[in-house]
Amino acid sequence: MTVLETVPYDQEEISGGMHRFSVLVNTLGTSTKTNEKLDALTSYFQQAPGKDKVWVIALFSGRRPKRVVNSRLLAEWSREQAGLPPWLFEECYHTVGDLAETIALVLPSPESDSPEHNLSWYIERLAELGPLPEVEKKAFMLECWRELGKDGRFVFNKLITGGFRIGVSQQLMVQSLARVTGLEASIVAHRISGNWEPALVSFAELLSGEGMSEDHSKPYPFYLAYALEGGPDSLGDPVEWQAEWKWDGIRGQLIRRNGQLFVWSRGEELMTDKFPEFNPLLQLLPEGTVLDGEIMPAREGKPLPFALLQTRIGRKNVTKKQLTEAPVAFFAYDLLEYAGNDFRDIALEERRGQLEQLLTSLHHPVLLLSPVITFGEWRELERIREQSRDKVAEGIMLKRRSSVYQVGRKRGDWWKWKIDPLTIDAVMVYAQKGHGRRSNLYTDYTFAVRDGEILVTFAKAYSGLTDKEIGQVDHFVRQNSLEKFGPVRTVKPELVFEIAFEGIAASGRHKSGVALRFPRISRWRHDKGPEDINTLDDLKKMLEMYGK
Amino acid sequence: MQPLITFTEYGLFCQPGNFYIDPWLPVDKAIITHAHSDHARWGSKEYLCHRGCKPLLELRLGAGTYQPVEWGDIIYVNGVRVSLHPAGHIIGSSQVRLEYQGETWVVSGDYKTEDDGISGAFEPIRCHSFITESTFGLPIYDWEPQEKIYDDMRSWVQGNRESGFASILIAYSLGKAQRVSVCLSAITEKIYAHGAIANAQEILRQSGFNLPSLTRITPETPREELKGAIILAPPSADGSSWMRKFQPYRTGICSGWMQVRGNRRRRNADAGFALSDHADWKGLLKAVHETGAEKIFATHGFQSAFSRYLNEQGVKAYEVKTDYGDMEEENDSVGDSTI
Ligand SMILES: [Zn+2]
Ligand SMILES: [Zn+2]
Repeated sequence: MTVLETVPYDQEEISGGMHRFSVLVNTLGTSTKTNEKLDALTSYFQQAPGKDKVWVIALFSGRRPKRVVNSRLLAEWSREQAGLPPWLFEECYHTVGDLAETIALVLPSPESDSPEHNLSWYIERLAELGPLPEVEKKAFMLECWRELGKDGRFVFNKLITGGFRIGVSQQLMVQSLARVTGLEASIVAHRISGNWEPALVSFAELLSGEGMSEDHSKPYPFYLAYALEGGPDSLGDPVEWQAEWKWDGIRGQLIRRNGQLFVWSRGEELMTDKFPEFNPLLQLLPEGTVLDGEIMPAREGKPLPFALLQTRIGRKNVTKKQLTEAPVAFFAYDLLEYAGNDFRDIALEERRGQLEQLLTSLHHPVLLLSPVITFGEWRELERIREQSRDKVAEGIMLKRRSSVYQVGRKRGDWWKWKIDPLTIDAVMVYAQKGHGRRSNLYTDYTFAVRDGEILVTFAKAYSGLTDKEIGQVDHFVRQNSLEKFGPVRTVKPELVFEIAFEGIAASGRHKSGVALRFPRISRWRHDKGPEDINTLDDLKKMLEMYGK
Repeated sequence: MQPLITFTEYGLFCQPGNFYIDPWLPVDKAIITHAHSDHARWGSKEYLCHRGCKPLLELRLGAGTYQPVEWGDIIYVNGVRVSLHPAGHIIGSSQVRLEYQGETWVVSGDYKTEDDGISGAFEPIRCHSFITESTFGLPIYDWEPQEKIYDDMRSWVQGNRESGFASILIAYSLGKAQRVSVCLSAITEKIYAHGAIANAQEILRQSGFNLPSLTRITPETPREELKGAIILAPPSADGSSWMRKFQPYRTGICSGWMQVRGNRRRRNADAGFALSDHADWKGLLKAVHETGAEKIFATHGFQSAFSRYLNEQGVKAYEVKTDYGDMEEENDSVGDSTI
C-alpha cells in the first residue's frame, strides 16, 4: 500500500480553501528558505481540499484558466469601487508593479467575514463567466472582491491575470508531492507533466496515473544543467566528457507516439502548431520516439541568430512569409525514448550512439544532429569555445559520457559553460521608478551611445546594481532631473554604465537601429565620463559581427 | 506680502521670526519637529523642540543649546507666535504652529493619525497654510489597525518560539522599536535589543517614559541564552554578521513599505509587518481636511501625486522639493555610531 491512499483527498465539504491557498502563496512568496517552502507545499498537499490541490499543481506549472476578463476592465471596475481617477490608479500600479496586487490594495476593505469558498469554486465560477455579458462578469467580480480579504483578493485576481511566479520551482513542487504520496520524484514529475485537464481529474487519479486516459503527448521532465563557474579543470579527465555547442534557441522535445507528432517546449508548452516544418517527421520517425534538442532558426543546416525567430514565435498562426524568412530546424542532442522504451537510465554515450544512427538513417533537412565537439585537452576546448559566437552558440555544454538523463536542474553531470556577454559603455539618459521593487525608487534606466554630438538611446535595463548603488543612482536622478514625462525623468547624461547583453539584432523599431537580447547593467563605470562612452558606430560593428 | 514660511536652500524659513524649521544646514535658530535624522541635523546654534525630543537630540547630536517646551506652550520669537502640538509620529514629535499678523501656518513634520499609545495623539490644528508630509501618499497605503498588526506580530513570534527559532524584529530605533517593544512585552518578560535601540530606549525611560526595559546584546551575551529569544534590531543590522549569533532565527521587518509584496520579497525577510509611523492615504486626507487650510504644501514622499489629487478635489496644493528623505523608514541614524 502506498502512502497515497492514506491521504484524505477530495473532501469537497471543506471550505475556506481560498484562504489556505492565499496563505500558501504568501509563504512561498516571502520565505527565504527552500526547506520552509517545501514544508509549506507539503502541508498544503496534505490538508487542502482535493480539487484545490489539482488546481494548485496546474497553476504552479504554468497552466491557467482561460482569461475571462481583460486587464483594462479589471482596472476600471476596481478604480470605480475605490473612487480613484485613472491617473492615480496608474500611479499606484506603477508603484506596486503588479495589477492583481494593486487592485487588492486599492479596493475598499472587505464588508464582512463571510466564509471564503474553495479555490476550485472560484476557478469554476470564473470558467462559467466566459460567455456571459460584461455586466454579469462585473457583478461577479465585485461580489468576490467584497467577500475576500486583501490576500484573498490578490490570489483571486492572479487567477485572472495569470502568472503565479512566486519562487516555487517545478522541482520543489514535485518533491513535495513525492513526500505526500510516497512516490518517486521522477514518476511524479512525469505524471503531472503533459496534457491534462485540471477540471476533469482528481488528485488521486492524477498522481496514481489511474483512471487517466493515457496521454501519449507527455514529454519527459527536462534535465537542466548548472552553470560552470571557473574553468572545466575541476571536472577531471576530459576523456570522460562530451562537449557540444550550447544553443540559444528553444529547448524542446520532439515526440512521436500513437501515430501523432508533438513538439513541447521546456516551459511545458505544446508548440506543435507553431512549427509546421516538423510535420513530415511524423512519417519518418519510428513509433515511440522522444528526442531532446533545440529548436533554432536555420538555413541549409546552419543555425541562425535566435532573433530571427522572435517575429513568428508570438503568432498564433504562422504565415507562409514567416516560414520562408525564418525557417527552423530541430537540433537533436539526446534520445529519451526509442521504440517505445524509456532510454533515460541508459548512459549518454549509448543514447548518443543510437541517436546518431537514427538521424543518419532519416536524413531530413529539418531534423539535424547537434554536433559533438572533439577536443583533447581542456585548454584546446577553451580555444574552441571562443568561436561560440561565430557558431551562433552561447558557449559549450559539457555532459558526462556515463550520465543518465535526470529530472530537473542537477549538479554533477551536465554543465553549461557560457561565454562572457558582449558589453558596451553607455550613459544613462532616462530613469523611471521601478516595478515591483522598492516602491519609490528610480530603478529602470534607459541608456544611450554617442553619435557625433548627439546621444542615441539603444537599451533599457534595470537589473545588475546593488541596493546601495540603486540608492545612489536614485539620489542622482532626483538631483539631476531635466524634464519629467509622467513617470519618466530625463536626467543629465553623466553616469556611465557597462551594459552586457547576449545578442544583437537589427531593428526598425529602435532609433539606434539595433535591438539587444537580455541587456543588463554589468557594472557602474565610475572611472568613465560621458565623453568616454561607446558610439553608435561601435554598436553597428557589433551588429555586423554578431547580428547576422 | 511675503509668505510666513519660504522654502530656502537651508530649509523651511520663517523670515519675520528669523528661524528655520528642521533645517538641513547649520543655522542660528532651529525649531525641530522630531529627532529623525532627516529632520534634526547637526550644527545649528540653538534648537527648540518638545521636551520628549530633547534627550533624543542630545543622544544624536551631542551637547548643545536645546530649549525644551511642552505642547501648547506659547513662545514669541521676534514677534511670531510659536507653539508645538502632538504629531503622533514618534515620542517627542510635534507639529509647529506659527502665527503672525493674523496668518497661521502649521508644519506637520512627520505624523500619523492613529494613536499608538506612546507618541501622543495627533491633533488637527486649524490654519491657513499646512505643510504636510506625504511619505505614504498613495491609496495603496491603507494601514490595518495597530491592534491587528500587533496580534499578527505576536502570533508570528509565538510560532517561531514553538518551532525553536529566535525572532528578530527589524525596526527603526526611534519610534518603531518603542512600539514593537510595547507590543511584545505582552507576551514576554525579556526583550533583547541591538545597542542602537537599547540606547534610545534607555534615554527615553530615564526621561520618564513608561516603556519596557530592554536587555542589551553585547559580545558577552551567551549564545545559549538567545535560543528562541525575541530581539529588536535596527535596519542597519539586517543581514550583518551581528545576527549570526541568534541562529536559528527568522526576521520580520516592521515598516510601512512592507505593504507591497515586492518589497517584502526584495528585503529577503521571513515576514513583513506594515506597521508605520506615518499617516496612510486616508490619514493624510483627513488631516488635510481637518486643518481647513486654504493652501497645502506637500513635502517628502508621493508629493506630486498627493498634491495633484488635492487640486482635483478643489484644495489648493503645491509640491515642494525638500531634502527630507523619502526612505526615512529605512535609514537609521542612531545606528552603529553611538555604540
Ligand atoms: Zn520621521
Ligand atoms: Zn520625515
